[in-house]
Amino acid sequence: MRLIAENLGGERGGETVFSNIGFALDQGEALIVTGPNGSGKSTLLRIVAGLLPVAGGKVLVEGGGEVFPTVASASHYLGHLNAMKAALSIEENLGFWRAFQGEPALSVDEALETVALGGLGHLPFGYLSTGQRRRVSIAKLLVSRRPIWLLDEPTAGLDKASEERFAGLMRGHLEDGGIVVAATHLPLGLERAKALGMGQVL
Amino acid sequence: MWSLFLRDIRLSIRAGGGALIGVIFFLAVIVTIPFGVGPDLNLLSRIGPAILWIAALLACLLGLDRLFQADREDGSLDLLVLNGDRHMLALTVLTKCLAHWTGSVLPLVVAAPLLGLFMNMEPLGIGATALTLLVGTPAITFIGAAGAAVAVALPRGGLLISVLVLPLTIPVLIFGVSASYGAVADPAPFLQPFLILAALTLFLAVVGPLAAALALRHGTD
Repeated sequence: MRLIAENLGGERGGETVFSNIGFALDQGEALIVTGPNGSGKSTLLRIVAGLLPVAGGKVLVEGGGEVFPTVASASHYLGHLNAMKAALSIEENLGFWRAFQGEPALSVDEALETVALGGLGHLPFGYLSTGQRRRVSIAKLLVSRRPIWLLDEPTAGLDKASEERFAGLMRGHLEDGGIVVAATHLPLGLERAKALGMGQVL
Repeated sequence: MWSLFLRDIRLSIRAGGGALIGVIFFLAVIVTIPFGVGPDLNLLSRIGPAILWIAALLACLLGLDRLFQADREDGSLDLLVLNGDRHMLALTVLTKCLAHWTGSVLPLVVAAPLLGLFMNMEPLGIGATALTLLVGTPAITFIGAAGAAVAVALPRGGLLISVLVLPLTIPVLIFGVSASYGAVADPAPFLQPFLILAALTLFLAVVGPLAAALALRHGTD
């Protein structure tokens, strides 16, 4: 599987945020997108996911087969928001996404163990702290299988131990032949990742 | 899809879900009418079906603004749209509409016979009105979904949705009320308007979710 972006352009409210961005990622490769605030990191990820229209160029996935024919169907998108309901318990939230997204991978309990929240599944999501919420959101990446992870500031709110655990999860995902595209200000602990700097003079 | 249905039902009955708000509003409107109209029992029983329908229509519109907005605010909507290749977005919307109807509108239909007594309606009229509400209110939810999808990005979209949706629900109201009258007033037919009402619901079950899915797909930012 290969994720390719060619001459990608993005705009927000009619203003061009970036243009002529291109990258190609093979299985097991990661891309770290960096840049100052407002340089279009989130916009780039949303365009790759297909949540925003492309202003120019194209994004495509090659070799996804029948299960993952398009970028959207092959991707997990972890945005700023956690996509969890405060009124439902952690188990109900994760169980819903596991059933809805299809391609089940880890069970809810296993995923919660992996992010060190084992035994807390019965709590309402709304009772958790910011960092714990983020960890539940990360557990969402593990309950269904997607080869491409699109991560927008994935470690925001995480403590040191959780950051390292998440770096381990990403390395495991890459070793399994996954692809990671992450926008971040913080080092993610991926040694052999490609880098894409946004916001330079074009 | 079943998991989405169950999740939305759970949300509507948990704290803050607002499933009962509609029923309470429905009750408040119906109880107020006799005070405004006066204690003329014949008049009340004559306008009963129309009042029940109008009150139910307004109560239906009440919770519609949260249909997609709640999902948008916590980021779930992005993932629902992202999974559009696996679950056609229109079907996702249809599922959400059905869950919304079951959670927030079905209680109105259940409460309608009781409130019919407040309007001094006869049992046959109460039964006919409840039946037309059962068949007709899904149509209001389906139209409402399209309105809610258009206004999803607006922070105070609730009133706008009502204004957008209300004119489109007029046919449903007309045929719902005329079928209810047809059951009690002799020369007027019951079956024909009732069948048109059912047809409207089926038609809007297709058009509403399709329109809403289109609006949602182009409304992400």
